[in-house]
Amino acid sequence: MEIDITRETCPMTFVKVRLALAELPEGEKLIVRLSEGEPLENVPRSCEEAGFRVLAKRPNGDGTWTLEVAK
Amino acid sequence: MAEAGVQPSKQKLNIIVFSGDLDRALAAFTLATGAAALGREVTMFFTFWGLNIIKKDRGRKALGRSVLARAFNWLLGGVKNLPLSRLNFAGASPILMRRMMRAHNVAQLEEMMEAAPKLGVRLVACEMAMHILELTKDDLWDAVEDVVGVAGFLEASKDAQVLFI
Repeated sequence: MEIDITRETCPMTFVKVRLALAELPEGEKLIVRLSEGEPLENVPRSCEEAGFRVLAKRPNGDGTWTLEVAK
Repeated sequence: MAEAGVQPSKQKLNIIVFSGDLDRALAAFTLATGAAALGREVTMFFTFWGLNIIKKDRGRKALGRSVLARAFNWLLGGVKNLPLSRLNFAGASPILMRRMMRAHNVAQLEEMMEAAPKLGVRLVACEMAMHILELTKDDLWDAVEDVVGVAGFLEASKDAQVLFI
């Protein structure tokens, strides 16, 4: 599953990620495209606090990042 | 991250939503959804004007039995009629505020209200305020879990951070 939250603002950045993770089947991966700053700080943290594993976090070179989260 | 085998106790946040202003409702739901997404256990307690936010009918409806309650409920309206706490200009400003929020991609109140129960936010309504306004649980949004009094609220607030909005 893939979601793009680059146009979202707090708190919908990590709210949308949490809702997507809730829908994601067990064992699958969620790919999140997000912006630098608040989303990059809060989204990985909220995933980890909820017990999900952040597998990768890499810059796309255009001010956005890609995050991979395992369920 | 928690040490192996040691679970940190889940921090609780309780928000008393007394106000029925659009801006304050936005603040309450922003905090509630944000905190729930960050793993907090969140309860929102709606009382007095705050009940307008969670009425099933989003517009104006004369709810209740007595003439006075019906007039009050019609005048107060639902989530679509929430005024701004400042510069309301007879209801013109909330429309402009919603437009500004859309232009800046800020979530609308309805979007956060839809997300809240999905994130596990517990919504409860105040028994006494409902009694005064002659509202029943059927007049409120289906996601409202319970109608509670002071004792119920205090019980849910044990070890919780409490905010009054």
